[in-house]
Amino acid sequence: MRHLHHHHQLAPAQVRARSPAHADQPSQMQAQMPGGGMQYQPVHTHDHAHPHEHHHHDTLQVPGRDTHTLQLEAQILGRNQRIAERNRGWLAGRGILALNLMSSPGAGKTTLLERTLKDLQATMSIAVVEGDQETANDAKRIRATGARAVQVNTGTGCHLEADMLERAMTLLKPEPRSLLLIENVGNLVCPALFDLGERAKVVIFSVTEGEDKPLKYPHMFGAAEVMLLSKIDLMPHLRFRLDLAINNAHTVNPKLKIFPVSAYTGEGLDAWYDWLRTGLSACASVNAMHAMP
Amino acid sequence: MHELSITRNIVAIVSEHAAGQRVTRVRLQIGQLSAIMPEAIRFCFDLCAAGTLAEGAKLEIDETPGRARCDACGEEVALTALVGRCPACGTGILRITAGEEMLIREIEMNTEEASCA
Repeated sequence: MRHLHHHHQLAPAQVRARSPAHADQPSQMQAQMPGGGMQYQPVHTHDHAHPHEHHHHDTLQVPGRDTHTLQLEAQILGRNQRIAERNRGWLAGRGILALNLMSSPGAGKTTLLERTLKDLQATMSIAVVEGDQETANDAKRIRATGARAVQVNTGTGCHLEADMLERAMTLLKPEPRSLLLIENVGNLVCPALFDLGERAKVVIFSVTEGEDKPLKYPHMFGAAEVMLLSKIDLMPHLRFRLDLAINNAHTVNPKLKIFPVSAYTGEGLDAWYDWLRTGLSACASVNAMHAMP
Repeated sequence: MHELSITRNIVAIVSEHAAGQRVTRVRLQIGQLSAIMPEAIRFCFDLCAAGTLAEGAKLEIDETPGRARCDACGEEVALTALVGRCPACGTGILRITAGEEMLIREIEMNTEEASCA
C-alpha cells in the first residue's frame, strides 16, 4: 500500500469561472498538463473552427438605427464540451478509467469511496478528485485511506465543470492505467449537464431517499450508466421498496446497471468492484495498443 | 442553480461575436428537455450582461418541444419529460430527436456606436 499525501486544495477563486469581461485574457494558471502533453489554453469562449457552427450575416436597415444581425448555431456549453473532450483524450491516452460520481448530499458517496479505496488500493492505483462547495473535509477523509486526493472547492458553484477537472488532474497527476474517481458536488440536478471528460457517470442513490427519486430527477438517472443503491444495510429499519426503486430507475433509463450495496457491511460491493476491474482492463488494454513512448 | 454558469457562457460567447459592437438583441433556442429553465436564464441574464457589450440587450428564447423515436416500433412521440421506454409499444427504448438544444441563434448588434466595454 502506497502512502502518498498531497495537500493540494484549489480555492474558490481559482476554480470559479472567470467573468466574460476577462474571457480573452490568458488564464491565471498557465498549467502544463501532466505528461507535458498540453498547454493550458487561454480561455476562448468559442472555436471558429467548431464543426457545428455556421453563421451568416444579415444587415437589416431600420430607420434611424443601423443594426446588423448575426445568425449562428453556437452551442452554449461548447467551451465546456471542448475541454471535456480534451480531458477524455488525455485520459484515454494513458489508459485511465475516470468516473463521475454524483448523488444528492448525504447519499453516502464519500463513505462508499473510502470503502472502495480500502478494498481495492492493494490491487490498483486509485486517485480521487473531491468536489464540494466549501471545506477540504472529504479530501482529508480520502487521504486518510492512503489515496491521493485533490479537493476542488466550487464556492457558489453547484457542480464541477471540465476546466476544474483539468486543473485538478494537473495537480493530481493520475498514473497510467489507474482509476480516477471524481466525486461531484452533492446535487441531483446540475452535475448531470456538465461533461467532465469521464468514461461514465455513476449515480449513488441511498435507500433513505424516496423510491421515486429517479422519476423526480430524470436527467441525472438518464445520464448515468451505473446506479449504486447504497445503505442497503438499513433496509430492515425502513419501508423502502427496492423493487419499486429499481423499476423507477429503469423507467427513466432502461439500460442502467444497478448494484445494491452497503459500504458498512460490504454487501453487494463485489459486483461494483467487478464492474470497475472490467472497465479499467478495457481502458488499459486500449492504452497498451497505443503505448506511449 | 446551473443557469448562472450557463448564462455566463451565453454572455461570453455573445461578447466574443460582437467584436466591440453594442449588442441589442440575443435570441436563444432552448429545448424543453435540456434541463435549463428559460425563466432562470432570464433572471440571470441582466446580471451577467452588466458591464459587457451585451448590457441592456433584449433576450428572446425560443423553446423547442421534446420529441423521440422508438428504436423498436419506430413510433415518433412527443415528450414533455424524460422517459426511457416507448409509451406506444412498451418495449422499445426512446431516442430523443429534439428538445435537448442549447443554442445561441441570433445576435443583433448596433453598428452605429462601436463601444469598447
